[in-house]
Amino acid sequence: MTVIQHKPVNPIAHLSAEDIETLGKELDAIRDRVLAERGASDAAYIRKVIKTQRTLEMSSRAVLLFSLFPPAWVVGTAGLAVAKILENMEIGHNILHGQYDFMRDPKIHSTTWEWDHVSPADQWKHSHNQLHHTYTNVLGKDNDLGYGIMRVDEDQKWYPMHLGQPLWNFVNACFFEYGIAAYDLELGRNLRKGRHKAPEFRARLRAVGRKIRRQVLKDYVIHPLLSGPSFLTTLAATFTANLIRNLWSHSVIMCGHFPSGVETFSKTSIEGETRGEWYLRQMLGSANISGSRLLHIMTGNLSFQIEHHLFPDLPSKRYQEIAPQVRALFDRYGLTYTTGPLPKQVASAWWKVIRLSLPNRETARPAADEPPARVLATSGV
Amino acid sequence: MTTTVPHPAAKTTVRDRLLRLAETVTTPLLPEDYLDLVAPLRAGAALRGRIVAVEPETRDAATLTIRPGRDWRGHTPGQYVRLGVDVDGVRQWRAYSLTSAPDRPDRLISVTVKAIPDGRVSNHLVRRTRVGTVVQLDQALGDFVLPDPVPARVLFLTAGSGITPVMGMLRAGVHTRADVVVVHSAPTPDDVVFGAHLRALAAQGGIRLVERHTDRDGLLGVAELATLVPDHLDRQTWACGPVGLLDAAEQHWTAAGVADRLHTERFRPTVIAPGEGGSVTFTRTGLTLAADGGTPILDAGEAAGALMPSGCRMGICYGCVLPLRQGAVRDLRTGELTTAVPGDGVLIQTCVSAAAGTCDIDL
Repeated sequence: MTVIQHKPVNPIAHLSAEDIETLGKELDAIRDRVLAERGASDAAYIRKVIKTQRTLEMSSRAVLLFSLFPPAWVVGTAGLAVAKILENMEIGHNILHGQYDFMRDPKIHSTTWEWDHVSPADQWKHSHNQLHHTYTNVLGKDNDLGYGIMRVDEDQKWYPMHLGQPLWNFVNACFFEYGIAAYDLELGRNLRKGRHKAPEFRARLRAVGRKIRRQVLKDYVIHPLLSGPSFLTTLAATFTANLIRNLWSHSVIMCGHFPSGVETFSKTSIEGETRGEWYLRQMLGSANISGSRLLHIMTGNLSFQIEHHLFPDLPSKRYQEIAPQVRALFDRYGLTYTTGPLPKQVASAWWKVIRLSLPNRETARPAADEPPARVLATSGV
Repeated sequence: MTTTVPHPAAKTTVRDRLLRLAETVTTPLLPEDYLDLVAPLRAGAALRGRIVAVEPETRDAATLTIRPGRDWRGHTPGQYVRLGVDVDGVRQWRAYSLTSAPDRPDRLISVTVKAIPDGRVSNHLVRRTRVGTVVQLDQALGDFVLPDPVPARVLFLTAGSGITPVMGMLRAGVHTRADVVVVHSAPTPDDVVFGAHLRALAAQGGIRLVERHTDRDGLLGVAELATLVPDHLDRQTWACGPVGLLDAAEQHWTAAGVADRLHTERFRPTVIAPGEGGSVTFTRTGLTLAADGGTPILDAGEAAGALMPSGCRMGICYGCVLPLRQGAVRDLRTGELTTAVPGDGVLIQTCVSAAAGTCDIDL
C-alpha cells in the first residue's frame, strides 16, 4: 500500500464532498438501527461467552494437573489455548472497547475489566482505543502501522534495520502479548527520547511489571507446582497455550490493516476531517477475513474489521449482522471491500512485511518531497 | 483480662492464605468470578437474590418472592430493599418496600411492585419476570419504621403502592399491639393491592379499614380525615403515597402543630427548582459532558456511558452518592444549592442533583 494521496489512481476521486457526507449519514443510520435493538440478547450473548470461557479455562487447567499423560496434555493445552484466545479476542478486546458498558454491570465494564494479557487494560485502552482507532492508518500517527519496528508501507522511510523485519515479525508473533505491552508503553520511543526516568513512564513500567509478574506466576509457577509430578509438562503446556494464543492473535491482527488493498493516509489529510471522511478512512483502512461462524468468534469478530472500525463500540456479534448493509454501501459508492480467507490474508500481510524489508524499487517518486494533498477534503474537485 | 490470641484470627490467616493462593491461579479474575457461576447466593458473594415466585396482586401489581443470598441481614417492617434488575440487558436499580414479615422460617422475602405507566423497571418486574432470575440486592434500608414499643394508636394513610411498607408492618402483627386505622386510596376496589387481605383483617376486627375509591369518589382531601378518623391528630401517623397526598398531609399536620406525629415515605422526588446546568467532568473516568439544569447528573452521566453507582433514583437511598470535588449542584427536590471547592469532597446524591455550573465529580 501507499499513502492514498500518492497513488496514481485515487480510489476515492469519484466521490464528491456531498457523497462522502451522505455516506456518513447512511452509516450513522446503520448504527442507530443497531443501538435501537441493542439489549437483552447482547447481554445474554456476552454472559454466555464469558461462562463458556471460564468453564473451559478451569476444566483445561484441571486436566493439565495430569499433563504427564500425553492425552491429558493435548486436551488440556488445546482447551487452554482456546480459552485464552476467547478471553483476549471476543471477551477482553470487545469489553475494553466499551461494547458492553450499556449493560451497567460493574463486572462487565470497560472501566473495571482486566484481561489475561501482560499489558494492563488501561494502557492498552489508551494506545488501542484512543490512538489506533482515532488515527487508523495515518502514517506517523497510527503506530499500529508496523508497531514502530517494521515498515509496512512504501511511504515509510527505509532503514537497514528493516532488512531483519521478517524475523522481527516472527519473534513478535511468538511473544505477541509482550510486544503489545512494550508497544502500549511506547517503550522504544520513550527510551530513545531519554524519558525512561520520567515518573509517569516509570509508574506505567511498574504497572506492566506487576502484571507480567502475576501472569508468569500463574502460568509458569503456581499451575505447574499444583501439578506436582506433572510440573514440567504443565509448564510446557501453558507455554504452548500462550504461544498458540500469541500466534493466532498476531495473525488476526495483521489481517486487519496490512493485507493488500488496504489504504493509508498522510498526516495532513486528516486535518479538519469530517465525520463522513473519518468513516471513509475506516472503510478503506481495514480488511475483513471471510470464514465460518467459529472463525468469527475465535477472532473476536475482528474478521469484521471494517465494521469494527466503523463502529468500535457496538457489540461484536452485531458486526456480522450489519456486514451485508455495509458491503452494499461499498458497492454503491464504488469502493473496494477488502476481504479474503484467513490463509490468503495472512500470506498477503506476510508478503508485505517481506517485500518492504527491502527499499522501494522505484525511487523516481520520493514520497516525502511531494506537497501534502488534502485528498479526502477536496476529492470532489 | 486475657492476652490469649483469639483462635478465629489464626483461622482467618489460613483462609486468607488460601484465598491469596486461589487469586494467583485465577488472576486477572478473582476466585469469586468463578464461584459466582455456580453459587451466586453463597456467603461472601455480592448480595443477590433468586426470584422463587411471582404472584399477581391486582391487574397491575405483583408480589415477587425472593430467596436472598446467605449474607442477607434481615429487615425491619416498613424498610425497603434496593433491587438491581436487568431490563433489556441494562442493569437498573430501584427501591421497593419489603412486604414480607421479617423472620419467615423459610428466610424468603417479598416485595410488591405496582407497574406505573411508562415505568421500565416496574412493568418488567410485574409482567415479564421469570422465576429463577437472579437479581442484585442491597441490605434493607429506611427509617419508615415503627418505634419500639409501638404507639397505642396508629393511623396508616396510604394511596396506591403506598400500602406496601404498611403491609410489611401488618404482617409483622402491629395490629396485635396497637389500635390501627388504615385509610387507603385506590382507583377502584379491584385496584387495592392486598385488598382481600386488608378486608379480611378488618372483618376479624384486627384493623379499622377506610377504603377510598377515587374513580368514583374523587381524591381524598386531608380535611376529610376529621370525619373519617376524628382522632387522627392524636394518633402517630405513617403516610406513604403520591407527592400530592404527602404534601397536603404535611401542611395539615403542621397547621395543627403536631408535625412530629406524622412520618412520611416519599416514592418520587418533587422537582421544584431546576438549576442552570453546566459542564460536568468525571475526573477519574476522564469524561466531560454538558448537563442541563433539569436533568439529574446520574441520568446525564449514564446517557454519556459512565458507570454510575445508583440506587432508588429518588433521593433516599444514597446508593448514588459521589464526591463533588468542585463546582455547584442544585437539589432538584428543594432547589437548594450545594457548592464545593477542592478539598471539600462534598458528597452529593447524583440522582437528585443537577449541575448548577461547572462540576468536577470524583468518578
